[in-house]
Amino acid sequence: MEVVVCATEPLHGEDTMKTIINLIVNDQPVEAAVEPNRTLLQLLREDLGLTGTKHGCGLGDCGACTIIMDGQPVNSCLVLAVQANGREVLTIEGLADNGKLHPIQQAFVDNGAIQCGFCTPGMILSAKALLDENPRPTENEIRTAISGNLCRCTGYQKIVEAVQEAAKSIDGTEVS
Amino acid sequence: MSEFSVINTRAPRLDGPAKATGKAKYADDLSIPGMLHGAILQSPIAHGRILHIDTSRALKLPGVKAVVTAKEAGLIKYGVSPARYDETLYAHDKVRYVGDEIAAVAAVDPATAQEATGLIKVDYEELPAVFDMFEAMKEGAPLIHDEFPGNMNAEVHQEFSDTDGAMAACDLVVDHTFLNKRQDAAFIEPHSCLAVFDSDGRLTLHTSTQVPHYVMRTLAMVLRIPVGNVRVVKPYVGGGFGPKCEATPLEMSAAFLARMTGKPVKMTYSREQVFLHSRARHQFYAEMSLGVMKDGTMVAVRNKAILDGGAYTSFGIATVYYSGSLLGGPYNLKAMKYDGYRVYTNKPACGAQRGHGGVVHRAAFEQLIDLTAEKLGIDPVEIRLKNIMQAGDVTVNDLDMSSLGMKECIEAVRDGSDWKNKKGKLPKGKGIGMACGFFVSGAGYPIYRSDTYHSTVVIKMSEDGGTATVLTGSAEIGQGSDTIVAMIAAETLGITLDNVRVVSGDTDLSVDLGAYSSRQTLMTGHATKEAAEQIRTRIAEVLSEEMGCAPSSITFRDGIVMFDGKPGNFEKLRSSYIKEHRGWTDPPTGDYLTFREAARLAYLKEGTMVGTGKYKPPKLGGAYKGAAVGTSPAYGCSAQIVEVSVDMDTGEITIDKMTDAHDCGLAINRTLVEGQMQGSLSMGLGECLFEEVKFDSRGRILNPSLGEYRIPTSLDMPSVKSIIVESREPNGPYGAKEVGEGAIMPTIPAILNALYDATGARINELPVTSERLYLALQKNKTEQNL
Repeated sequence: MEVVVCATEPLHGEDTMKTIINLIVNDQPVEAAVEPNRTLLQLLREDLGLTGTKHGCGLGDCGACTIIMDGQPVNSCLVLAVQANGREVLTIEGLADNGKLHPIQQAFVDNGAIQCGFCTPGMILSAKALLDENPRPTENEIRTAISGNLCRCTGYQKIVEAVQEAAKSIDGTEVS
Repeated sequence: MSEFSVINTRAPRLDGPAKATGKAKYADDLSIPGMLHGAILQSPIAHGRILHIDTSRALKLPGVKAVVTAKEAGLIKYGVSPARYDETLYAHDKVRYVGDEIAAVAAVDPATAQEATGLIKVDYEELPAVFDMFEAMKEGAPLIHDEFPGNMNAEVHQEFSDTDGAMAACDLVVDHTFLNKRQDAAFIEPHSCLAVFDSDGRLTLHTSTQVPHYVMRTLAMVLRIPVGNVRVVKPYVGGGFGPKCEATPLEMSAAFLARMTGKPVKMTYSREQVFLHSRARHQFYAEMSLGVMKDGTMVAVRNKAILDGGAYTSFGIATVYYSGSLLGGPYNLKAMKYDGYRVYTNKPACGAQRGHGGVVHRAAFEQLIDLTAEKLGIDPVEIRLKNIMQAGDVTVNDLDMSSLGMKECIEAVRDGSDWKNKKGKLPKGKGIGMACGFFVSGAGYPIYRSDTYHSTVVIKMSEDGGTATVLTGSAEIGQGSDTIVAMIAAETLGITLDNVRVVSGDTDLSVDLGAYSSRQTLMTGHATKEAAEQIRTRIAEVLSEEMGCAPSSITFRDGIVMFDGKPGNFEKLRSSYIKEHRGWTDPPTGDYLTFREAARLAYLKEGTMVGTGKYKPPKLGGAYKGAAVGTSPAYGCSAQIVEVSVDMDTGEITIDKMTDAHDCGLAINRTLVEGQMQGSLSMGLGECLFEEVKFDSRGRILNPSLGEYRIPTSLDMPSVKSIIVESREPNGPYGAKEVGEGAIMPTIPAILNALYDATGARINELPVTSERLYLALQKNKTEQNL
């Protein structure tokens, strides 16, 4: 059930309304009052303190703000917070299990897929969305899945290798 | 058993888990309750006189706490090189490019601050502007700085031996010209900072920088406060590549506003502002001649450079010197002449970017070698092998190649790419090309003239003896320097990597000039090693007294202590350690005394164990003007072979494969070395094929976004084969030297040489878009038909 409550909150003399939204973030229910122009990225970073989601451009070009919403990787800078109402959101903070790194995170650490780390959260979530859909991707499918996540440090090679290794590791766990 | 137990491995980087989980904090992730947000007003015109600035409406906007202009901030000149301080924080008499800073505002939130900048009224008298470097040099061109007639920011003239005489004696002289385009470094994290003044007037600036030390000095100078009252702290940094190597208007504005309001002030550049701040790769025009003998022996080089500097100097003095000095190697030459000109234009200032000053002239020169080889009928690999320098050689401009695995690199890529079976044997539309390059392993001299140490390091043992904490001002910006210093500390102390902690990037901890000129592995590495040796020696001395043996009989390795290679009689030490730590969960065990027990003993005898290390290079280089630029204690070198496919009908280019060998000396961390090599190839590929910052006719950037300024994606990068070559560098810690920048040197010319091999078209202007290649192919066709 969606609960939408409106409240008035004048900003700079304009009549802008705040909207109450309810969503699930990293398995936790969240209720928030947001302005109509607030992005999901701002909600996550500034209101919820989930700064693992990065702000690289604000235009949907770089992919650093990638999160998973209802199973799909999206640029959270291009999603309005009100559009996330009733949705389920996974950010990088929700991936590790009680402090144990997710196999994709572990593979990124082990394979040297991380340098400055600014693209890493988005890159890992794009990889997760891929592997959830396609557990045994080809190299080209991996490159296509992360092609919206820009990385200036690594040349992508070790990232691709990390996703390949993560796929094997997740696959292995499921078989056994 | 390997010579080393920690270094020369593939240890995962220390900050990997923090970055993989989103816990790593970058500057824009920081916040302090009650902090204000800042915004900057930038010039909308490229060149104009400021007649009047009215900030009254902005100050009246509810939520605005302060506005700062040149009136409040003063007119302290600053820049990178003290010889060319040509910037003031805010423009006062003139604006010189679209984006020049005029004022800054602090307000309760970013939107209010931004809105307030729009309420500042500036009256301009617009002046004629000049955007092209060749036009800017012409007589009658608009003058950008009164002090620099002809818009000539810097001129360099150097000659080593009689170049004209040497050329005259050559069998063949080949000419080439080359032009690149202005680049953006396109790091994914925009600059961000948070400035805090405490009640004693001390400033702490958290900022996304490569050089906390230089930022500290510039801020102290511009804010007129003692340098001891400025602390610069670098959180995690999302890439730098050069443009984060100097204090920014963002940092200085945040500091001024924090002082004026008494509140913390946070500021972050938008992506467009990152492009406007620029300080990235210049546009270079290269005019070059190479004189050779019939057998392919290189004799002399004549090299001319024109650099489009933009409106201010930034790193440009060093850049224009580097374009000359970095052709001194890695080939033996008898003579070299260089004339360099850096020109002001009404565009954002250019500065240092990966491969500083060397990349474009290297690209021109490596093409010139291929042009020459073709005329002489010599294989491109062979002509390079014939002319390369070796360890111990000194270039005509006095750069000392104390180690140089150039031959090994060339042979590695030749064999690794199957060159012999491909060169000259590929069908039309497929090509293979090669190139080489080298780069400094840390600039030989600081940016400001000084006898300062380039790095100092403090290592402190915990009182239980179990943890060594390395304290350093060095800058981890993603390249992995924290991991490198930890590995060097662990190796030197003889402990495991998980017993070392690194605290870095803070000017309160030590002196370190920062992450530029590929210096930290060698320089911070040296200081780390010395600090660790000091602690190791003192612990060994204390232990030798206790055990009644010679210090020389004691060795530390992997966290255990051996006496003449044996366990020794340490029972008394162990039982007293365990008694002291009753109830703790990790008592020392095993057949050997642990380093922890030995370090505890040293603490009990002498107090907290602290080691300090320091490094500065010896006097390097020649005595001529500008001899400092290009000097380094060591040089890394690279060779690359690139294979391409070209659609001969459309000019569409696919990079099929890249084979790269780099001599980094002893590789402290093999995974990190490969990471630098692969990242360099990616940046070089982007610069070669797509990247160009474009301007409209009024000096406004047309593509200030990562959508329209295209950098390589995962689909643009081919499979890369990375081969590490390890000479042992006598001047490096454990024989290590650079990899961060040398690895980009051969990329552009290797691609261009491969494109020529594939198509017969010699491209002398970047970027090589499909359109540019298509037009070149059409031109070739027309010429063949004539």
